[in-house]
Amino acid sequence: MAARTLFDKVWSAHEVVPETTDTPAVLYIDLHLIHEVTTPQAFSVLRSLSLPVRRPGRTLATMDHSTPTSSDQVFGRIPIKVDAAARQVRQLEKNAADFGLELFDMRDSRRGIVHVISPELGATQPGMTIVCGDSHTSTHGAFGALAFGIGSTEVGHVFATQCLLQRKPKTFAINVEGDLRPGVGAKDLILHIIGKIGVSGGTGYVLEYRGSTIRGLTMDERMTVCNMSIEAGARGGMIAPDETTFAYLKGRPRAPAGGDWDAAVARWRALAGDPEAIFDASVDIDASAIEPMITYGTNPGMVIPVTGSIPGGAGSTDPVHEKALAYMGFTDGDALLGKPIDVVFIGSCTNGRLEDLQAAARVLKGRKVAPGVKLLIVPGSQQIKREAEALGLAQIFKDAGADWRESGCSMCLGMNGDTVGPGQYAVSTSNRNFEGRQGVGARTLLVSPLTAAASAVKGRITDPRELV
Amino acid sequence: MEPLQRVRSRTVVITSSNIDTDQIIPARFLTTTTKEGLGRQAFADWRYLADGSPNPDFVLNRPAAAGCRILVAGRNFGCGSSREHAPWALLDYGFRAVISTEIADIFKSNALKNGLLPITVDAATADWLLTHEGTEVDIDLATARLTLSTGASVGFPIEAFARHCLLNGVDELGYLRSKLPDIERYEATRPW
Repeated sequence: MAARTLFDKVWSAHEVVPETTDTPAVLYIDLHLIHEVTTPQAFSVLRSLSLPVRRPGRTLATMDHSTPTSSDQVFGRIPIKVDAAARQVRQLEKNAADFGLELFDMRDSRRGIVHVISPELGATQPGMTIVCGDSHTSTHGAFGALAFGIGSTEVGHVFATQCLLQRKPKTFAINVEGDLRPGVGAKDLILHIIGKIGVSGGTGYVLEYRGSTIRGLTMDERMTVCNMSIEAGARGGMIAPDETTFAYLKGRPRAPAGGDWDAAVARWRALAGDPEAIFDASVDIDASAIEPMITYGTNPGMVIPVTGSIPGGAGSTDPVHEKALAYMGFTDGDALLGKPIDVVFIGSCTNGRLEDLQAAARVLKGRKVAPGVKLLIVPGSQQIKREAEALGLAQIFKDAGADWRESGCSMCLGMNGDTVGPGQYAVSTSNRNFEGRQGVGARTLLVSPLTAAASAVKGRITDPRELV
Repeated sequence: MEPLQRVRSRTVVITSSNIDTDQIIPARFLTTTTKEGLGRQAFADWRYLADGSPNPDFVLNRPAAAGCRILVAGRNFGCGSSREHAPWALLDYGFRAVISTEIADIFKSNALKNGLLPITVDAATADWLLTHEGTEVDIDLATARLTLSTGASVGFPIEAFARHCLLNGVDELGYLRSKLPDIERYEATRPW
């Protein structure tokens, strides 16, 4: 057999019917993650056709996008502030009950952002196919799963058949070598990669992150990297499972146990791509040259080192550069360091995990948030919230003057009312700096948790290496 | 779904590249539980001023845009989230096709499932369309060609099965369910 990549192995193991010129492949889906925003219309289709969810046991349901993050609203002392969001939450409760699905509902101690809780539960495993009506499903590729976002029609297809019709994507090797410098993390790495290949550089591909730098990352860091694959246009991004992966999964509630564990690990070890496997495209990244990164425009590819200045758009016929800078209130050649900010958000499926909170706490310990700046810290899950409280991180945040919340997507996209005001500058650990993403007129600067925390302390865009 | 064979219309042009799904339909409108009525909110943050009145500078608010069913846009249209609300909003507004040099993967897949044609063309054709707003374009799905008012005609790529489903009004779920015996056989072979 020809040498195969990690992607090729996972794809071919799930081909129920191979693709032909006329028809796409029928691809089996091992795990279907669902949330309240992209499922109501899919459940309506099932009802109209009188169909059940075919494999309820392969479905994991939670609520994260529309849910409030204030404890009073989550635990019911006061109603959910956004009426439409409350209706959506109730709709998922009803749909889960009607179709016999296990739901981690608003008051469940295991609830959280869907891309945070599935790995945390050990439901995300190497070699699986995982889909969700959410583009950041690429996160689960960190475990060597083929994981990608789908639309609501496809959510209905998975409900009804546990399969999807898919054309086989191409493969793209992202080879990363060298040591990341102190103060530079996984978020800086992926922002650098997106800046290098562009926001549509990955369109049509599944990425595979490889090389010594990637092998040296923790699972939390690998998830940050894979999470933002979609921001380069790639539906999926994968990392070969290794001892780091197995150590993370061992003992988690839904991971295999006993003899099943050994058998699973043996299967997972065979997933790594063959050394001679050929990719359709590749790029080499020198990790040792990367600095703390920050976006300056309105897509994640408009990114520079935090110490850098905004490149000129001269010679470009694309109106995007000028339009983006006008929206952001910046001009060509501006340095970002030292610019005043209004809001800092630490959280999201990109950077809402325990290690992200630990990084923020390193900076915030014994310091105060600058006057006039609002710092919102939202853990990725209720479990992470408990861990952060047990480790004393939450106390560090509160002592610094931060607002410490219940878990959810929150200010990453502002569906639940956690928004940034018009014209305000938000330094954010989330994944998208699109116009209006965090609120109408909001100006988002994407950074790592270290840079976010340092900027909160100074009240200005700050190089985190000044404070760590 | 109604069969779709041809879209013939004048064009509306938004020259920006990388138009993301948060622009097509901002997240605050995703709290809906149906597909209907999103057209009013398509491009909401570009289309309306802070007081809710139409922004006279935005192309969809110009009289010439009324009734146009084809949107021409800069490269990498539809990047960002997987929200199917994006094609639902464009369809509800009245669009039946989007033309660009590049269209993001998930948006393209969602568009095809709802009868919104995602058409990618070469850079020269795109440049001509971007600079000739309001021109009449004739898109023939059966031959996978579009014809410009100049008489020039170019082919466009479209996934064969999606085209078959659109031309014949066939629902993809029906086809997928016809494969259930294969799916059951597959499940029986898996280690779990």
